[in-house]
Amino acid sequence: MNDHSATLEQPAYLRFEPNRDAVPDTATQLSIRHLNFFYGRAQALHEVNLEIKANAVTAIIGPSGCGKSTLLRSVNRIYELYPDQRAEGEILVDGRNVLDKRYPLSDLRRKVGMVFQKPTPFASSIRNNVAFALSYYEKLSKAEVADRVEDALRQAALWDEVKDKLNQSALGLSGGQQQRLCIARTIAVRPEILLLDEATSALDPISTAKIEELIHELRERFTIMIVTHNMQQAARVSQRTAFFHLGELIEFGKTRDIFTNPRVQRTQDYITGRFG
Amino acid sequence: MTGSRVLQRKVVDAVALVFAGAATLFGLFWLFWILWTTLQNGIGALNPALFTQMTPPPGSEGGLLNAFYGSAMMILLAVAIGAPVGLAAGTYLAEHGRYTRLGAVVSFLNDVLLSAPSIVIGLFVYEMVVASMGHFSGYAGALALAMILLPVIVRTSDEALRIVPDQMREAAFALGIPRWKVTSQILFKAALSAIVTGVLLGIARIAGETAPLLFTALSNQFWTSSLNEPLANLPVVIFQYAMSPYDEWHELAWAGAFMLTLFVLGLNIAVRLIVRRRKRS
Repeated sequence: MNDHSATLEQPAYLRFEPNRDAVPDTATQLSIRHLNFFYGRAQALHEVNLEIKANAVTAIIGPSGCGKSTLLRSVNRIYELYPDQRAEGEILVDGRNVLDKRYPLSDLRRKVGMVFQKPTPFASSIRNNVAFALSYYEKLSKAEVADRVEDALRQAALWDEVKDKLNQSALGLSGGQQQRLCIARTIAVRPEILLLDEATSALDPISTAKIEELIHELRERFTIMIVTHNMQQAARVSQRTAFFHLGELIEFGKTRDIFTNPRVQRTQDYITGRFG
Repeated sequence: MTGSRVLQRKVVDAVALVFAGAATLFGLFWLFWILWTTLQNGIGALNPALFTQMTPPPGSEGGLLNAFYGSAMMILLAVAIGAPVGLAAGTYLAEHGRYTRLGAVVSFLNDVLLSAPSIVIGLFVYEMVVASMGHFSGYAGALALAMILLPVIVRTSDEALRIVPDQMREAAFALGIPRWKVTSQILFKAALSAIVTGVLLGIARIAGETAPLLFTALSNQFWTSSLNEPLANLPVVIFQYAMSPYDEWHELAWAGAFMLTLFVLGLNIAVRLIVRRRKRS
C-alpha cells in the first residue's frame, strides 16, 4: 500500500493494488470526438472526447447507467439494431469516421469485435461457432479454416479443453468456456479492436481469473476497451481508465493515477465506494 | 397472527382447492368421455380393409383408403404452401417489421385471419377457385386448408423468433454478419424446435377441418390420385357417413373418427416431447 491510497481511506475489502505494468505510449487507435448518444429523447452520453491507444487495455468504469456500455455500443454501431437509438459526433478509426452511415457496417464490425455480458454461443458445434464469421469474410480451404479455428481457440485459452470435441454442441460447455468461445469467435476474424462489455460479470471467480489472464495476453495483439463494474478488475487488467458519471466523462488517465491519485473528487468518491 | 386467521386461511385454501379440482375434473370428464366413446366404437370398426379398400356404396363393405390418401395429400400441399409463406411472414414480423407501422398492421391482420371462421374461408375459396374452375377439386381443398394454416404459422414462427434473446442477435450482428445470414443460420437454428412445434400444431388444427372442405374438395366415393378432381377426405367422409342411415357407414365413420383422433393426439404428444427436449437443453 503506498501513501496515496492510504490517504483515500479505502475500506479493507476494497483495497487492491493497481497493476504495475508499464504504460506504453502507443499510437492512437480510436478517437472519440464530441460523442452524444440518445435513447429516444433521453441523452445517455454528453460530449464525450476520448483517445484510445493501440495495444493497450482501456477500462471504462462508473456506476450503473453512467453510459459506459453505451459508449462501447457506439463504437461498433450495434445500437443501430434499435431504431430509437442514435449517436452524434465522431469516432475515428484510421482517420475515418465510423459513425458515418457510408462507412460499411461489415468493414467496421470486422475491425471491431465485441464480447457481451452473457455468453451467447450459437446453437451449433464448437467448430462452427468459431468458423462461422470467418468463412463469411474469407474464402478459405477446409485445412485453412481448421488452422484458424485452432489458432483462435488457442488464443482464447480454450483449445486444450475442447480440441477433442470440436463437433459437439457449444451449448454443452460451461459458462466460462462459452465466454472464452465467444472471445475465440470474435478474434478469429482478426479484428484490431476488442470491446468487452462486462464480459466476466456473469462468470464464477475462476473463469473470471482465466479471462483476465487472457485479456493480459491479448493486449499485445489487440486494442482493448473493457467495460466493468468491478473496479478491482479495471485496476488489474487496464493501463488506462476512464471514469464516467451521468453520461459524462469525468476523468481519464493512467489506471495507476486514477486509482491512487484521482484529480476529481467524484472519481475519488466512486473508487473508494462512497457511491455507485 | 391469531389462530382464527390461520383457520380462516386454511378454510379458504381448502375451498379453493376443491373448486379448482372440480373444475379440472369437469373438463377432463368430457375429454375422456369423447376419447372413450371414439375408442370403444372406433376400435371395433378397425380392420385391415380400412387401409386397402375404397369408401363403399350403401349396403356393402369397404374402407377409407381414398379418404386417407385425399386428406394426406391436401394436408401435405397445405403445409407446402402455408409453411414457407407463414415462416417468411413470421420472420418479417419478428426481424424486420418489429418496430415498424407496417409490421403492426400485418400482425393485426394476421390475428383477424387467425380468428376468421373456417366456413368463411371455405366459401371464399369456393368463389375464387371452385366456381371459376367449374368443379370441386383437391387443389381447392388444399388452398383452403393452407389459408387456415397460414396465420397459425405466421404467429408461431413470429413468437418463436421473438423469444430468441436480443443478445443472440447482437452477438451475431457484432461479428459483422449480414442480416439474412444471421436470420437463416443462427436465429432459425435457435428457434427451430419452436418453429417445428408451430407447424405441427397447425397441422393438428387443419387435420379435422370439415367446413372448408365441404365447399372445396367436396368428397369422392371413388379412387382418384388427381388433386384436380373432387377428392375424398377424412372429415367430410366422417360427416357424410355419420349422418347416413346405414350401419356399415356408421362403422366406417367411427373408424375414421378414431384414426383422426389418434393422429391429432400423436401430433400433440410429439409437440410435448419436442418442447420438453428444448427445455432440457
